Amino acid sequence: MTFAGWFSILVCLLLILALTKPFGIYLYRVFETERPPLAPILGGLERWVYRLSGVDPSKEHHWTEYARALLAFSLFGVLITHFIQRVQHLLPLNPAGLGPVAPDLAFNTAVSFTTNTNWQSYAGESTMSTITQMAGLTWHNFLSAACGVAVALALARGFTRQRGQTVPATIGNFWVDVTRCLLHVLLPISFLFALALVQQGVPQTFAPNTAATTLEGAKQAIPLGPVASQESIKMLGTNGGGYYNANSAHPFENPTPFSNLLEMISIFAIAAALTYTYGLMARNSREGWAIFWAMACLCVAGVSVCYWAESKPNPALAGLPLTVEGNLEGKEVRFGFAATALFATLATDASCGAVNGMHDSFNPLGGLVPLLNIQLGEVVFGGVGSGLYGMLVFVVLSVFIAGLMVGRTPELLGKKIEAKEVKLAVLYCLVFCVAVLGMTAAAAAVLPHGTSTLNNAGPHGLSEILYAASSAAGNNGSAFAGLGANTLFWNVGLAVLMWLGRFWMMIPVLGIAGSMVGKKTRPPGPGTFPTDIPLFTALLIGVVAIVGALTFFPALCLGPLVEHFVALHGKVY
Amino acid sequence: MFQTMTIALRFCLVTLVLTGLAYPALVTGFAQLLFPWRASGSPVKDERGAVVGSELLAQRFLSPAYFQPRPSAAGDGYDTNSSGGSNFGPTSAKLRNRVKADIARLQKENPAAAAPVPLELVSASGSGLDPHLTPTAALWQVGRIAAARKVSPERVRALVADREETPVPGIGGERRVNVLLLDLDLDRSFGRPALPVPAGAPPGGK
Repeated sequence: MTFAGWFSILVCLLLILALTKPFGIYLYRVFETERPPLAPILGGLERWVYRLSGVDPSKEHHWTEYARALLAFSLFGVLITHFIQRVQHLLPLNPAGLGPVAPDLAFNTAVSFTTNTNWQSYAGESTMSTITQMAGLTWHNFLSAACGVAVALALARGFTRQRGQTVPATIGNFWVDVTRCLLHVLLPISFLFALALVQQGVPQTFAPNTAATTLEGAKQAIPLGPVASQESIKMLGTNGGGYYNANSAHPFENPTPFSNLLEMISIFAIAAALTYTYGLMARNSREGWAIFWAMACLCVAGVSVCYWAESKPNPALAGLPLTVEGNLEGKEVRFGFAATALFATLATDASCGAVNGMHDSFNPLGGLVPLLNIQLGEVVFGGVGSGLYGMLVFVVLSVFIAGLMVGRTPELLGKKIEAKEVKLAVLYCLVFCVAVLGMTAAAAAVLPHGTSTLNNAGPHGLSEILYAASSAAGNNGSAFAGLGANTLFWNVGLAVLMWLGRFWMMIPVLGIAGSMVGKKTRPPGPGTFPTDIPLFTALLIGVVAIVGALTFFPALCLGPLVEHFVALHGKVY
Repeated sequence: MFQTMTIALRFCLVTLVLTGLAYPALVTGFAQLLFPWRASGSPVKDERGAVVGSELLAQRFLSPAYFQPRPSAAGDGYDTNSSGGSNFGPTSAKLRNRVKADIARLQKENPAAAAPVPLELVSASGSGLDPHLTPTAALWQVGRIAAARKVSPERVRALVADREETPVPGIGGERRVNVLLLDLDLDRSFGRPALPVPAGAPPGGK
């Protein structure tokens, strides 16, 4: 660990902090006012989208209608992307002449990108044609992110709308939320960000691969494509699906330390700003900051442990005549330890499956951090939208637990939390842990298909399986990538987990929104537990940590923790 | 319900055209206009104008007269169609054996270099295409290169110093030199070495 390393981590986190308020205000004006700031430029395009799709933007949705729209849209999303992959050999823009994608892989990929997971069982440069990357995958990078924001807005409206403000109790218009997110937030920022990435060295072209002859006379293909346009939304939308197999470790996706800094900031930008937007919606910005600081504390703890662990030598190389620096296996020279540890922490705090170093080769405790981050529910800023609604579910649980401790009816922003909301919140938590642990147990202990494609033996093999299941159900998409996941078992199994982890968690959230929006708001009394103070922040951190730890601690003991202790004794498998 | 499905399908098609076709096309247009060389993959040419690689992608160097990049686990090594790391974990016997073999090879190729071997010369990168070395790892190879090209080590060291990029405080990153550009500097200063290269086991690989 170096001073320069810690300083670069601090700078990145401070930049995110500085962006939170101005960007949060901008998002509030986009979603909660009649005329967004960019309406003079983009208003025409917005009306055109509504007209072509047959949307009536003035009509608000009840929560069931909102959920139906989300599901219908996602269903077509899966079908269209599956179809494009299967016929890519017949479509234009296939300079490398790639054949159709296998059915199980195409299904896995379609579900993966629709659910904002971006788990990749394939190597992009040798599987997906240019048209598939653009129309099939870049499209979902935008839309799945916008859907996440829409659901978060719906939940925030459920908490913050006063009774009678909208009659009957509605939570917004799904199509309007998605369109505004797309046109006023994601597209303009991605456009500028993509050009910045090109300036740093990311390719952006429709030309075929360049054939080079190396200095020693060998042939080398320079793999090209519209990379920057996908890279920018991949980070900003916390998607994480790389154009190339090596993802953001690839020099064409992330060529310099500066591009790396931009990519890290963009992972958190929207998620952090949404906490401030939530505060504005609640008419009390401290409500937003209380959540922000809970997230910030967990993030700093994660990156500190990861940076410390990765600065230790790789135990597999103990005693060999090498310089002692830290663990460089799977890391890039231009990033070094600090920027790799920070990137890994941010990407797994959020549901962004991007990696700029190989998590599978991290030291045991260094690899524990990304794994645990996903298992905490990706609520540390989290995916765009999904982080905020996930954290708000934990807010419901925290208020409920605080209410139990003092013997008062739990209240949030003046609305009573009752049995229905708590049941839905618990369902949200249970779906995730049953999916992750069920799949891990099935793959590791019951079915031989799970262990046949492992790259590592011993406890690290279990970690690979646990990471795959957590990443899929958590809609993260990063991997302990040694696991060979392009098999029928993993493609279908993980697709089911991604589907469970997306929609079986979104629907309870919308249910909570629908149930809360109609409730009467009461002024705070002497028995009200305030949710805008540091004490609440501490309680929230505790609830997130305890739920995550109690659920996954036994599995983590068998994976990374036991690996740490056997590694100390110099054992290799 | 039927109405919702119709809207969903129409909305899918509208947004697909907007974000999947129009947006990448627009970015490509501006990128090619503003940064044409970068947008085309930063190709590097030799003095005869032939493309010898990309500034940003490592390539295999086996000749003792060139700086060698880090070992690569991309395909059979430096395969640009199959980027990636070894994904060997921290208790992997395969990793330990691979590193032992690489240490033995490097010590044999660099008899004059001082022990210990720089860690990054035996650690596969995340992409398998890492174009950089730290100055330490480059300088460690200077003795071999100077002997193969029959020039003084001082002159080779000066080329490394000229190519060094230093990180900006706060942005992150490490001190580094670009291996391909450095090897082109070698050829420019001292001429191309005799090829073909001696056959040897490719470094790295799964």
